[in-house]
Amino acid sequence: MKKTNKFNLGLMALFSAAVLFTSCGGDGGSTENNGTATDGAAMEISIDGSSTVFPITEAVAEEYRAEAKDVRVTVGVSGTGGGFKKFSRGETDISDASRPIKDEEAATCKENGISYIELSVAYDGLAVIINPENDWLKSITVAELKKIWEPSAKGTIMNWNQIRPEWPNEKIELYGPGTASGTFDYFTEAIVGESGSCRADFNASEDDNILVTGVAGNKYALGFFGLAYFEENQNKLKLVAVDGGKGAVTPSQASVMDGTYAPLSRPLFIYVNSKAAAKDHVVKFVEYYLENAGDLANEVGYISMKPEEYTAQKTKFADFLKTLGAPATAQ
Amino acid sequence: MSKLISIRQKETLIKGFLFACAAITLLTTLGIIWVLLSESYYFFQKVAIIDFLTDTEWTPLFTEKHFGIMPLLTGTLLTTVIALLVALPLGLSIAIYLNEYAPKGFRKAVKPLLEILAAVPTVVYGFFALVVVTPFLQSIWPSISGFNSLSAGIVMGIMIIPFISSLGEDALFAVPNTLRQASYGMGATRLQTSFRVLIPSASSGIIASIILAFSRAIGETMIVAVAAGQQPQLTLDPTVPIQTITSYIVQVSSGDVQHGSLEYNTIFAAGLALFVFTFVLNNISFWINKKYRQEYE
Amino acid sequence: MSKANLNRRKDQLFGYFGIFATLIGLLLLALFIFQIVSDGIGRLDWDFIKNLPSRKWEKAGILPAWTGTLWIFVLTAIVVIPVGVGAGVYLEEYAKKGRLSNLLEINISNLAGVPSIIYGIIGLQIFVRFMKLGGVLLAGAFTLALLILPIIIVATREAIKAVPKSIKEAAYGLGATKWQTIWTQVLPIASANIITGVILALARAIGETAPLIVIGALAYVPFVAKTPMDEFTVLPMQIFNWVSRPQQGFLLNAAAAILVLLMFVFVLNGAAVYLRNRSRKKFGL
Repeated sequence: MKKTNKFNLGLMALFSAAVLFTSCGGDGGSTENNGTATDGAAMEISIDGSSTVFPITEAVAEEYRAEAKDVRVTVGVSGTGGGFKKFSRGETDISDASRPIKDEEAATCKENGISYIELSVAYDGLAVIINPENDWLKSITVAELKKIWEPSAKGTIMNWNQIRPEWPNEKIELYGPGTASGTFDYFTEAIVGESGSCRADFNASEDDNILVTGVAGNKYALGFFGLAYFEENQNKLKLVAVDGGKGAVTPSQASVMDGTYAPLSRPLFIYVNSKAAAKDHVVKFVEYYLENAGDLANEVGYISMKPEEYTAQKTKFADFLKTLGAPATAQ
Repeated sequence: MSKLISIRQKETLIKGFLFACAAITLLTTLGIIWVLLSESYYFFQKVAIIDFLTDTEWTPLFTEKHFGIMPLLTGTLLTTVIALLVALPLGLSIAIYLNEYAPKGFRKAVKPLLEILAAVPTVVYGFFALVVVTPFLQSIWPSISGFNSLSAGIVMGIMIIPFISSLGEDALFAVPNTLRQASYGMGATRLQTSFRVLIPSASSGIIASIILAFSRAIGETMIVAVAAGQQPQLTLDPTVPIQTITSYIVQVSSGDVQHGSLEYNTIFAAGLALFVFTFVLNNISFWINKKYRQEYE
Repeated sequence: MSKANLNRRKDQLFGYFGIFATLIGLLLLALFIFQIVSDGIGRLDWDFIKNLPSRKWEKAGILPAWTGTLWIFVLTAIVVIPVGVGAGVYLEEYAKKGRLSNLLEINISNLAGVPSIIYGIIGLQIFVRFMKLGGVLLAGAFTLALLILPIIIVATREAIKAVPKSIKEAAYGLGATKWQTIWTQVLPIASANIITGVILALARAIGETAPLIVIGALAYVPFVAKTPMDEFTVLPMQIFNWVSRPQQGFLLNAAAAILVLLMFVFVLNGAAVYLRNRSRKKFGL
């Protein structure tokens, strides 16, 4: 009896302590993102957004730890949309994005007095993938891809030989990213012509590893997902060269970087908040990011931009900082 | 005299605190309803309720947009019903077995082991369904698709077994021994005692556990998101991909969709539909339970 | 066959079915555990436990993740146990039976079915934004507490219902006040079954990912949270993050992290079961 009482009493005490603690700990200064580092705690940079861009940002943050030990960089994965939402409210310093900011999102930023700069940091190659036992498909044109994936194909274009008669009379098992992902938007816009314009009857998943398993397990499968996932599973999958009008090009680090693998390479972005850019440690971080994104992107499975493209982004950022320095733009 | 008064004050204070605790649940519901209603308001301004309820397709993220909730709702129901079909017979049998048949030591050891089933992270269950259960099912029926509601439903059922077996066993355990002895004294077998005396007596607890298990299944997100597919289809076929309301909400809220857009607000409309649906079901089951509840002592 | 023999045969058969059902449950559990252990045990070592996450899977570790899970567990437990038990006690002992209490009861069952992500959205609006806590541990704990509250309330109510009325009446007869009776007689006896509910509820809470992502749990946290007002990550988030990476090594990491999470859960369950057994023994129910 006594022991149970003590146990419960202990819980009550802890609970009351927690309640008291909350009521006076409302805005913990050291963890707020938009405060300056005057309270002696570590300086913070808060980043959120796309889970596609995340591996690059994580790599940069990881390496940056060695450069600046007292700067804490945290990265979230709320999605490009969720990231922009927080960004537009000033809750984050940098937003990772796998698509450019939309008009309405930009308008919300403006309403809240936030100006920003868009910086490209790397490329993501979208590969068309087939099963290794598929010996009939070597290259495919954008027009043929459109025929397979457009909305009217649902229920009508079901078999391989409806695309080219010499192909097998078997059902095409389609695999692709989920409809809420930037990858899906980009693919449909590049191939079918309009973002979101796609047949509704394909196997979708947000997790590209699941798509890998799907395509690897079915001789008649056809999928599209990030090049990185092919490179990590080369013994289970086969690449298809895509003809965007200038001949068939196989996706690779080189062909994505120099732009010949088109139209299926897409840029990845970070957006930097003007209020954050006013802080010295953020500026240094962004500069470090642009300096190292190329190598780190390659390491994690994305593709570096060309050196001149990075230089252009660095100049873009420097110009942005100059406009911030001008008194007329004071918030 | 003064000591008595302060005790009474203490009682009132405590009652007040306890009431506040209970009131939190009401506040939570109000909060949920407020958020769902205010955000889906934007949705219903653009989409007619009649379309929402009767359209047979759900394609908000495609260019040709349909906003019929029925495919998502049938997906949710399909997986939940399959889960219950697995968990109810197994869970109840286990509860009865552990309570009346099993030796004490066995019960003490097995009950906590089964509770671990409820603790496995749902992400793990999801992949188990996708990578183990589905291929296994495909080896028996090759026409089963890689994503399907049968796998997800079965695994969900496994996950909720402890809700019924443990809470149900607790309820059976609490039935006064006098009833048990009376039943055995009249020559009844364990089976007859369990079904004719114990279960009716413990019905309140058992039904509560079933309702809890059902609620858990209908609100489950990860298992269905990973294994059941992302293809909303109005179907009762457990071998094809479908999408549940919960999996759709997660997909959109963590994706790249622009917050505040019509496409984004669909998640609130879907959430509202789920909330209303479970509310109606809960009302029905509450009244059924009340009617058949028995009280002893 | 005589009626009595038929009944006996049915009884026996059911006994076998019961064993069979129980064994299926245990077998599936064993299957899980075996799979996870065989996948993850190779990767589990001290470095893994004390390292920060990294883009290089060999160097990546779960330090922020498991400390975050521990924090979340403790904070959520502290918040939800008193509130859940308190609400259950009120509803069962104090509330007048009638429209209001019916509504509350239906309401609680309903809340148990609300998808966890909706709780995340509520938590974001109320705890993170309105109460200005930010995306910190305490906000996460509050959100998860709301999520698992219904389970604890239902378990408490059923546990209290199962306490024989004779005990309460005896206490009143001796002059005890309502609260004294509850605190000294009813709750101790009911505690065994309440603990069952708490076990199921907390185990669920530490396995949750979706609501925590929404309120702001991070995927990359280069430090260990030191106060409830720190930003954080948790094991399920880290697992979910790693599982979708292309490099195969991350899948190994995920398996090892799952193993750690499961061990965590085992310890929890073990402790609660110990308490429950002691409680049952003491009150001889």
